Amino acid sequence: MQTQLGSAAFPRLLRRSLSYIPSILYSLHSLLNLFHFFRFLSNSSPQSQKHKEMASPFLSNTTISFSSSLSSSSLPRIAPSIPFSSIRSNSTPRRILTVRSKIREIFMPALSSTMTEGKIVSWVKSEGDVLSKGESVVVVESDKADMDVETFYDGILAAIVVGEGETAPVGAAIGILAETEDEIAEAKAKAASKSGASTPSAPPPAPAPGAASTPAPPKSTPAPAAPTVAEGPRKTVATPFAKKLAKQHKVDIESVVGTGPYGRITPEDIEAAAGLSPSKKNVGLAVVVETKPAAPAKAPAASAAPSSLPPPVPGSTVVPFTTMQAAVSKNMVESLSVPTFRVGYPVTTDALDALYEKVKPKGVTMTALLAKAAAMALAQHPLVNSSCKDGKSFTYNSNINIAVAVAINGGLITPVLQDADKLDLYLLSQKWKELVEKARAKQLQPQEYNSGTFTLSNLGMFGVDRFDAILPPGQGAIMAVGASKPTVVADADGFFSVKNKMLVNVTADHRIIYGADLAAFLQTFSKIVENPESLTL
Amino acid sequence: MHSICFQATGVPRSNYIFDSCSPALAISKPINLRFCGLRKEAFGFSGLTHSSSGRVRFSSRGHSKKVSASAESNGSPPKSFDYDLIIIGAGVGGHGAALHAVEKGLKTAIIEGDVVGGTCVNRGCVPSKALLAVSGKMRELQSEHHMKALGLQVSAAGYDRQGVADHANNLASKIRSNLTNSMKALGVDILTGVGTIVGPQKVKYGKVGFPDNIVTAKNIIIATGSVPFVPKGIEVDGKTVITSDHALKLESVPDWIAIVGSGYIGLEFSDVYTALGSEVTFIEALDQLMPGFDPEIGKLAQRVLINPRKIDYHTGVFATKITPAKDGKPVIIELIDAKTKEPKDTLEVYAALIATGRAPFTNGLGLENVNVVTQRGFVPVDERMRVIDTNGNLVPHLYCIGDANGKMMLAHAASAQGISVVEQVTGRDHVLNHLSIPAACFTHPEISMVGLTEPQAREKAQKEGFEVGVAKTSFKANTKALAENEGEGLAKLIYRPDNGEILGVHIFGLHAADLIHEASNAIALGTRIQDIKFAVHAHPTLSEVLDELFKSAKVKAAALSHGPVSEPVAV
Repeated sequence: MQTQLGSAAFPRLLRRSLSYIPSILYSLHSLLNLFHFFRFLSNSSPQSQKHKEMASPFLSNTTISFSSSLSSSSLPRIAPSIPFSSIRSNSTPRRILTVRSKIREIFMPALSSTMTEGKIVSWVKSEGDVLSKGESVVVVESDKADMDVETFYDGILAAIVVGEGETAPVGAAIGILAETEDEIAEAKAKAASKSGASTPSAPPPAPAPGAASTPAPPKSTPAPAAPTVAEGPRKTVATPFAKKLAKQHKVDIESVVGTGPYGRITPEDIEAAAGLSPSKKNVGLAVVVETKPAAPAKAPAASAAPSSLPPPVPGSTVVPFTTMQAAVSKNMVESLSVPTFRVGYPVTTDALDALYEKVKPKGVTMTALLAKAAAMALAQHPLVNSSCKDGKSFTYNSNINIAVAVAINGGLITPVLQDADKLDLYLLSQKWKELVEKARAKQLQPQEYNSGTFTLSNLGMFGVDRFDAILPPGQGAIMAVGASKPTVVADADGFFSVKNKMLVNVTADHRIIYGADLAAFLQTFSKIVENPESLTL
Repeated sequence: MHSICFQATGVPRSNYIFDSCSPALAISKPINLRFCGLRKEAFGFSGLTHSSSGRVRFSSRGHSKKVSASAESNGSPPKSFDYDLIIIGAGVGGHGAALHAVEKGLKTAIIEGDVVGGTCVNRGCVPSKALLAVSGKMRELQSEHHMKALGLQVSAAGYDRQGVADHANNLASKIRSNLTNSMKALGVDILTGVGTIVGPQKVKYGKVGFPDNIVTAKNIIIATGSVPFVPKGIEVDGKTVITSDHALKLESVPDWIAIVGSGYIGLEFSDVYTALGSEVTFIEALDQLMPGFDPEIGKLAQRVLINPRKIDYHTGVFATKITPAKDGKPVIIELIDAKTKEPKDTLEVYAALIATGRAPFTNGLGLENVNVVTQRGFVPVDERMRVIDTNGNLVPHLYCIGDANGKMMLAHAASAQGISVVEQVTGRDHVLNHLSIPAACFTHPEISMVGLTEPQAREKAQKEGFEVGVAKTSFKANTKALAENEGEGLAKLIYRPDNGEILGVHIFGLHAADLIHEASNAIALGTRIQDIKFAVHAHPTLSEVLDELFKSAKVKAAALSHGPVSEPVAV
């Protein structure tokens, strides 16, 4: 018999604590009798009503009997046995006084301490069957086991509220028990009202009271999902756990857009759709790294930070910084302490382009040309080549070292062309080539990447027309160079012509370099570029 | 009684299998008790009432004829032998047989073409136990609820895949060298190469490219084991579509893996993978997961091992085609309905593990030289592991044990069969009672069983006209289980109330695999419930689950008439 499963638990413990006589076995039957005896005792006097209340959950947990109450909830719970019930409990006449109704609800019992809902496996009895106390009425499947549930009352099973295969929360009415045939109609009416309101399959979401307290809106509208659904019959692929979560949180899986590989719906997608923050366990697993970082020391900081950050986008992966990326990150955050401003300037490059065509066969690069031009302009404007180290003074640099930003796979480094104003274009080009090779091989010496006094950043080759650079800490200015593009220009006489124009944009530390200083520098730079012959000298 | 005597006379004296048949009968009872798990045929004829259970499941009359026929029809065996016993295959079965053979004074050789230890040690039970040990600990550390209940605080548990894989590999190497050393120390000759039977009592072995050696032995045991079975249409690439052989190397932990087959192997791997963070989809051809387990245990196991974990399943479907991930496409699994054969679904997953069982490894054994044809690859044998040829006759001096005969594909069953064969060739007739061999699935918690399932017992009861009793106890009532906060579990006893015979025991719960042996030993020794219930168990231990189980069985008063212990001894 199924019921032995649950009932075995208690008596064994009891036995262990009471005595060691192993041959005494409490069979389920004798156990039930024992409980009936308790119940009988407790019914006999009003004071013991409390006792009964205590015994109730105990009963339902261990002996698998459903507790039942009078249908009128305002009445005190005088549970068992009124006219039609067992002979024994009728022995005290007092009880009859308060009885008004003989219709009882059959509740979903709590078969285990963790059970929140149960599934009806089968009704042993059908509607209209006469039940006598102790008979099995229904088989309920809990999270742990299937158990026969028996009645403590005689009567007639008037109505089944929750059918086979359906589930109901613990404590919900699953059937109605009438005492006599006369009450069956009344009971059925009651059942109808019950099933209308609380059948689990009913569409209104009507979440359980507990759900109302969840802070976030339980379902974020699946609006973002809508557009892609339109593309004909899409096969939804969801991972096992995603499906489980969707069921648990009542998320329509068809309305979720998968962010996993091959467009799969991941558990994170469902959690996002349900408006939940990703569960801690998932994060814990995702962060597993093959090496062991010095986590303990950093833990407090790490745990403090995320509180202000939004939860990661579903399906995102976390990849730690490389050393170089970490250095970039650190520098960029540091740069925020410097008050910077920007000045842009259009530069005509027809002459420079012509020169470039000429010197290109000799191995000169555009980077070298621009670096040389900037260096020559800086020679005339040493202020722009200075830096502010302590916030109190100018530091004039004796050398003009042009750092040029270079992207190397997954990183950013600034090899430095030292004394760019002094070296000729060809040496500069030669030097630049060496630096890039070293950078790619990650063999740059520190002074080859951190000795810059001015930085050049060129995104022109991508067609970028203008952009805004961040000033690296320790320098006074950085020049952002855009693409050179054919532009219609009108000259002073009103004649139109097409010239190649390039926008440069310099970011500078306003503590030492002011607007007019930068403007003057840019004017010089522009003149050098527009008359580039001096570059080759 | 009479059939045995007939047998002894029908066999030529040169074959000494049955030489001591009659003496063995005479002293059957004490000998029987010496070999746990082994059941002597003689037991059935010893005059005790126990034999009514039907555990002796062979037809004595049938095989006695076969022996005499085959002995005459075979060619001329060598006159002197290099060895008393040659075992082909150094797996757990071969190893068990070799050790026992040495103990019995036989000059023994073992032929192995691959590595000593076979499937179990190298690609099966042993490395998988290492992975399961890790998964069990991970599961525990990850269970916040469990940790909290014990008052423990653990920060996020993580693992290093390579470290886990190394642990499994190291364990396999260690056990392998233990096996090798144990055989060497006892003087078992380990012959390297692929063994082939070339004639009666004659085996050749050798490595590819080297000349073959021919050795002769009085008796030969085939113990070549099995390999993973891969159904047609499934393409195994070893990376995204894998078998247990690959999975045990744990070269990757896929985010989502489909496991085809929900038997022991599939179930254990689902335990490993889910503990390491994978999601799992089971594909099972039968209508229910975990076929082969007692239905009630299976149902409970599903509640604990499947439903709360990141596992879903498709039952009643065949995977007809599985294509490994390539060209930017995931692994694609085509499913058809197992009954209607109609296409049912297509799954896209990261990886697929084929756990559809194992196929015997018997190719190239030279069985044709002794006129034996395998059945679906299995070597046909009788209940004494004697090989049967195409004419239904026994091949003298040739035995087959373990997965290769398919009787019970378990390492310890192979070993027990090997010991049984050695007993036979050294003059003591033996029939192994397979119903006394326990089996275990090392999930968390574990599942173990011995004997019949409830439906099997009921079927048998109906045929033979006896009553079946079922008793159950819960781990929730066990102090030690509760102390470990692992109260989930059930032990189930299937028995005959009329005489107290144990028909089967099934356990699902903490350390179930270790607990089953009290029951399997009782079955092997024929101990009845009314006797074993008086055995004392230390308190508090998990073994009290079985104590409780035996005590809760209701054996009819008639069976209790004679006293519980035969001769009380005062101490």
